[in-house]
Amino acid sequence: MATCSCGCGEDELTKQLDKIIDPYRGQPGGLIQVLTRAQELIGYLPKWTLIRIAKALGLSLQDVYGVATFYAFFSLIPRGRHKISVCAGTACYVKGTNMVVKTIRGHLGIKPGQTTPDSRFTLEIVRCIGACGLAPAMIIDGKDVHGRLEPEQIPQILEQYA
Amino acid sequence: MKSVDELAKIRDSRRAALKIREGVPSATEKAHIMMCGGAGCISSKCTDVVDAMKECLAKHGIADQVKIILTGCMGPCDMGPVAIIYPDATFYRRLRVKDAEAIVEEHILKGNPVQRLLYRSPGAKEPTRCVHDIDLFKKQKKIVLRNNFYIDPTSIEDYIARDGYAALAKALTEMQPAEIIEEVKKSGLRGRGGAGFSTGMKWGFTAAAKGSPKYVVCNGDEGDPGAFMDRSVLEGDPHSIIEGMAICGRAIGAEQGYVYVRAEYPLAIERLSHAIEEARKYGLLGKDIFGTGFNFDIEIRIGAGAFVCGEETALLHSIEGKRGEPRPRPPFPANAGVWGKPTVLNNVETWANIPEIILKGADWFASIGTEKSKGTKVFALAGRINNTGIVEVPMGTTLREIVYEIGGGIPRKKNFKAVQTGGPSGGCIPAEYLDTPVDYDSLGALGAIMGSGGMIVMDEDTCMVDIAKFFIDFCVDESCGKCSPCRIGTKRMLEILERITNGEGREGDIELLEELAKTIKSTALCGLGQTAPNPVLSTIRYFRHEYEEHIKECKCRSGVCELKKE
Amino acid sequence: MITLTIDNQKVAVEEGTTILEAAEKLGIKIPTLCYLKEINVIGACRICVVEVQGAKAFVPACVAPVAEGMVVRTNTPAVIKARKLILELILSDHPMECLTCVRNQNCELQKLAEAFGITEVRFEGEKTSYPIDDSSPAIVRDPRKCVLCRRCVSVCTNIQTVNAIQAQERGFNTLIAPAFNEKLANVECVQCGQCSLVCPTAAIHEVDDTQRVWEALADPNKHVIVQTAPATRVQVGETIGAEPGSIVTGQLVAGLRRLGFDKVFDTDFTADLTIIEEGNELLERIKTGGTLPMITSCSPGWIKFAEHFYPDLLPHLSTCKSPQQMFGALAKTYYAQKAGIDPANIFSVSIMPCTAKKYECTRPEMKSSGYQDVDVVLTSRELGRMFKQAGLDITNLPEEEYDPPLGISTGAGEIFGASGGVMEAALRTVYEVVTGKELPNINFTECRGLTGVKEATVQVGDLPVKIAITNGLGNARKVLDKIRAGEADYHFIEIMCCPGGCIGGGGSPIPTNTEIRLKRIDAVYTEDERMTLRKSHENPAVQELYKEFLEKPLGHKSHELLHTHYTKRSNYPSEEC
Repeated sequence: MATCSCGCGEDELTKQLDKIIDPYRGQPGGLIQVLTRAQELIGYLPKWTLIRIAKALGLSLQDVYGVATFYAFFSLIPRGRHKISVCAGTACYVKGTNMVVKTIRGHLGIKPGQTTPDSRFTLEIVRCIGACGLAPAMIIDGKDVHGRLEPEQIPQILEQYA
Repeated sequence: MKSVDELAKIRDSRRAALKIREGVPSATEKAHIMMCGGAGCISSKCTDVVDAMKECLAKHGIADQVKIILTGCMGPCDMGPVAIIYPDATFYRRLRVKDAEAIVEEHILKGNPVQRLLYRSPGAKEPTRCVHDIDLFKKQKKIVLRNNFYIDPTSIEDYIARDGYAALAKALTEMQPAEIIEEVKKSGLRGRGGAGFSTGMKWGFTAAAKGSPKYVVCNGDEGDPGAFMDRSVLEGDPHSIIEGMAICGRAIGAEQGYVYVRAEYPLAIERLSHAIEEARKYGLLGKDIFGTGFNFDIEIRIGAGAFVCGEETALLHSIEGKRGEPRPRPPFPANAGVWGKPTVLNNVETWANIPEIILKGADWFASIGTEKSKGTKVFALAGRINNTGIVEVPMGTTLREIVYEIGGGIPRKKNFKAVQTGGPSGGCIPAEYLDTPVDYDSLGALGAIMGSGGMIVMDEDTCMVDIAKFFIDFCVDESCGKCSPCRIGTKRMLEILERITNGEGREGDIELLEELAKTIKSTALCGLGQTAPNPVLSTIRYFRHEYEEHIKECKCRSGVCELKKE
Repeated sequence: MITLTIDNQKVAVEEGTTILEAAEKLGIKIPTLCYLKEINVIGACRICVVEVQGAKAFVPACVAPVAEGMVVRTNTPAVIKARKLILELILSDHPMECLTCVRNQNCELQKLAEAFGITEVRFEGEKTSYPIDDSSPAIVRDPRKCVLCRRCVSVCTNIQTVNAIQAQERGFNTLIAPAFNEKLANVECVQCGQCSLVCPTAAIHEVDDTQRVWEALADPNKHVIVQTAPATRVQVGETIGAEPGSIVTGQLVAGLRRLGFDKVFDTDFTADLTIIEEGNELLERIKTGGTLPMITSCSPGWIKFAEHFYPDLLPHLSTCKSPQQMFGALAKTYYAQKAGIDPANIFSVSIMPCTAKKYECTRPEMKSSGYQDVDVVLTSRELGRMFKQAGLDITNLPEEEYDPPLGISTGAGEIFGASGGVMEAALRTVYEVVTGKELPNINFTECRGLTGVKEATVQVGDLPVKIAITNGLGNARKVLDKIRAGEADYHFIEIMCCPGGCIGGGGSPIPTNTEIRLKRIDAVYTEDERMTLRKSHENPAVQELYKEFLEKPLGHKSHELLHTHYTKRSNYPSEEC
C-alpha cells in the first residue's frame, strides 16, 4: 500500500482505487474501464493514480498516459465542483452554442477548459449530448440537462449550483 | 428459463396484463400512462410531472389503478414532455406539473381528453387525439423503435410480451447458423452506421473466417454531433440489441459480445446494464440458452470520448484498452477483430433490426424501402425545424417529406437553405434536391452520405462557410493524429476557413481548399479522414457564392461571421 | 503465388506480399517515410499511396497486400500530386532549419522534398511547438522535427521492449514522448539510441559532443587520448560514403592522429582484458557456487535495462565494467603512471557505435581513477562529422597502427562488436585456461549471427558449459524471464542491448538495417581472422598489464578499477504527489 507523506489524504483513496483495479490486475485490456472508474472516484486522474494503475495492469506509464490523453473524457487536472458541459453538436451549434459559451464566459470569467478560481465551476465544450431537441443545451454535472437556453436564463441556472 | 415453452408462458401472461396498451380496456386498471423518458423529455422535467401525477392519483385514491411508466424516447423531443395514455392511446405534449391534475381528473377519471394538451398538426383546425392518427407519426414506420411507445425499458417481461426473444428462440431451435446468415443477407439489411455494407455478408465473412473464439460487437459510440438515434434505442429498448447480438452469436459461432457505449450516455449505460442483468437472470444470456447448449454473454465497454472510435478498427483498439487509433484494412474485423479474432461489428440500429428480420422474415423486411436500401432508417431531426426529434421512416422517403410533413417545416417563416446529413462525414443538400429519396446511393450521389442518421436543417440564418468551418473544426479536434493528411490537412483547411470567415480570405483559397479536400479524401487512413472534407466540398459545390462573397465582398449574407472590413 | 500488374508489368509474388514489396521486385521503388522494413509497418504517413484499379481511394503500398489480378499504378500524375501535397503538409508543420540541422543531407524528409521538387509550401499556420528535451547525456528529442512516423515508438516498444516513449495527446497535438512529457533523463529510457537510428529526421538524435573534443584537442595543456570501440572500424567508413561493411581500421587510426589526438588506443585492448576478468569471474562463480547464470555487462543500455526492469536479477550480472570504462580507469592510472603524465591533464575520448556509452561515462561510479574516467564519448556519426569538418576522407589515408600499449589487441577483442562475440572470445580463453590445451577450432560459429536468442552447450574439459546469447532487449527478456521463473540452467549468458550487437548500436551510421548489420558482422569476423593473435589471454600488453600493475585477475586493483556495482531502479516514478 502506497502511503503518501504529503498529507494529501490519499491513503483512503488508494484503498478505494485498489478495489477498482483489483478485478483487472495483470490485464492491460481493462485500462479504459479502470481509468473511467478511477475518475469517477477522484474526479480526475492525478499522476499517482496513473502510476498505480500502470503497475497493477502491467503497462508502462507511457501506455497509460497515452490512453488517458487520447480520450476527451479523461481529465488529468482537478476540476471544479460543478462541470458545465456546453453541447457543441450541430443542432446546438446552429441554434447558438457560441452565444451560450459567450454568456458563461462573461458571467464566470473562464474560457472553455478552465476552472473558476473558487473551484466552483469547470467549463467545457463537449460533443453532442443527444439533447438536440432542446438546442442549444448544456449539461451540468453530467446529469442535469438545461435546454433551449436563452442568455438571460444562464446566470439563474448557474446560481443553483453552489 | 430453460425452454422456448417457458418463454411463451411468460409472453402470454405478460401480454394479457398489458392488453390495455393495445387498446383493450381493463377491468382492474383505469389507464397506463406512458411518459416519455428520453433525454429530451427528462431534461424537460418529465419526472416532475410523473411525481405530480402520482400525487394526484393518490389523492383520488386510484394510485393502484393507474400505472405510470417511463418509456424510451418517443421521438418528438421538441414537444416534451410527451406522454401516451392507454387504452385510448391519447397523445399529450408539453406537459407541465400544473397539468397533472387536469390529466388525472379530466382524462383518467372522467374520460375527457384535455384538449389544450393535445397535438394539432400544422394547418389543422382541430387537434388530433389518438397517437395513431397524428400525421407526424403516420408517415413513419417503426421497426427499430417498435417498442418505444409500449414498453417499460427496464422490464424484460414487457419486452417479452412484445415477442421479445422469440426471434432468438427461433434462431436457436428452428434455424441452422447458415440459414440465419442467409436470412439476413436476403433481407438486404445494410449497416446503419454510415457505410452501408451488407450486414449478412459481413456475418458470412466472419462465420467463414478461421480463428476462435469469435466476437460480436455493438458499436454504440454515437459520435456525430447532432445524432441521438442509437441513444434512443439503447435507452428505450435495450433488449432488442441484446437479442440481435445473441442471434448473431449463434450465426457465426461466437459466445461473447461487447457493447461499446459512450461514457456521455450514462442513462443508456444504466438501462443496458440492467437489461443484461435481467437477461442473465432469465437465462437469455449465459450458458445453455433455451436448453440448446448455446452460450452467449455480453459485456459493456465504455467509450471515453473520441469520435474516431466510431471507426471500426479504432473501436476495436479502444475495446482492448488502447488508444483509439485506426489501422489500415485489410485485415478486416471479420478476420482480425477484437484481440485479433474474427469479429462482427454492427451499430446499434443495425442490431435492433435483427430480431424483427428473423421473426417476420427477410421477405417482409425486403418489402420495405427501395431496391437497394431496404427497411427503415432512424433520423435525428434537428436544427431549424419545428418538430425536432427522432423519426423512423421507410427508406425512399423524400427529404421534403421528412423536413416538411414529419418535421413540420421551418419555424418563424424562414426560408429553408439546406439539410445536412451524415454529420462531419456528410454533406449539405440544398433546396433543389429536396425531392431526393433517402437511400444510401441517392444521398451519396449528392456528395452527402446516409451516415448514422443525423439530419440537421439549416435556414437562411445559417452561414454555409461557418457550417463548413464547424465541421472541420470538429474533425481537427477528433483527428487521432496518426496519418498526416488528416492530422495536418484538416488543420490547414480549418485555418483557411478561419481566415475566410474573419474576412481575410484570399483569392485562390477556395481552390486550395478543394485541392486539400480531394487529397485528404483519397489518401487519409480511415473513414474519418476520408470523409472529413465532405462538408467543405459539398458547401463549395452548392454554396460557392457564399464563399466568394466572404472573400471578395467581405460579406456574410446570414450575418453569422464577424468579418473584419478594411 | 499471386500475379498482379504494377505499372504495366506483370509480377508474381507470394500471398501476403505487400504492393511495396512486389514493386521492389520489379525495380520500382515506391517512396516511403514512416515505413521501416520489419520494424514499422503502419501506413501512417501516406507518402507511399498508389492507384489500385477499382479502389475508391488511393492505397498505401507499404501495408496493402497484393491480390490476384490487381492492377496497380505507382506514378500517375494524380498519385504524384497527392504525394506532393502530403509532403507539403508535412513540411508546413516542420521547422525549415535544414541547413542548421544535424541530419542535413541525411534526412529522409529532405530527400523526399528534393525528389518531389517541393519549392514552395503554400500553407502557413500553427506548427508543433513542444520544447526540445536535451536532458539526457546521450539523446536529444526535438518534437518540432517529428513527423509522427512512430518508428521510434515501434523500436522502443516492440524491439527493445523498453516503452519509454509513446504517442500522447491526439490529432495535431500528438506528441511522442515519455508520460507527462517527462524528460528522457528521468525515465526508464535505457539510452540505447535505437530511436535515433530509425528517426527519418532529426526529431531524435545523439547529443553532439564534437565541440568539446575540438576544444580539448586545441588545448595545449591537455594530453588527448582516444579509444575506438571494436565496431567503429567497420562503421566509420560509411559516414564518409564508403560501402557498408568497409573495414577502415588503419585509416581510422590515421585520421584520428590527423585530428590531433596525442595517442590513438583501442577499446579492443580492454575487451581482451574484460575476457580475462570476466572469464575468471565465471570460473570462480562456477567453482564457489556463486550466482549463475552469469550475464555479461559490456553493454550500458543493457545494464540500465536490467536496473529498471530486472533489478532482482542484478546479482547475475558480471561485476566487470565495460571495456570502455576499464579503458578509462586504466588510462588515468596505469597509462598515466607509465607515460609519466598527470592524469588531471589527460582528456580521454572514446569513439563508440553507441549512445548509451555517453550516459555510461557520466555514471557517478565511473570515477575510479579519481577523475571522470572517460571524458567524452563520440558516436561513429559524430566522428564522421569531425572528419568531414577536417576535410579528411579517411578512406584515402594510409593505414597506421594503434599506439602501444593500450592499442594492442587480439581478434577476440575485435569480435566484441558483434552479437555472440563476447561469448566466443570468452570461450576461446576459458577453454584453454581450464583445459590447458589448445583449442582445436577457434571459431565458435554457433555464437554468430543475427538470431535473437542463440543457445548452445560447449564442452570445456569435463564441464558442459551451457550458454545463451541474445541481441535486442526484447530477446533478452525471453531469457531473463526464464531465469526469473527458475527455468534457466545456463552458466553464462551474453546480452547485447542492440539488434545485431554493437555494430547495430544506437550511435551507428544512418541508415542501419538488417542488411547493413550483416555486412558489418562479416567485416568484424574478417578483421578477427586477419589478426595474428585471436585469443585474449595471448595479448602481450594485457599480460604486461597484469605483471606491472594489476598483479592478478580479480585481484585488489582489478576490483578497484575494473569492477563495478549496479543500482536498483524502478520503471515507474514514485507514486508520491
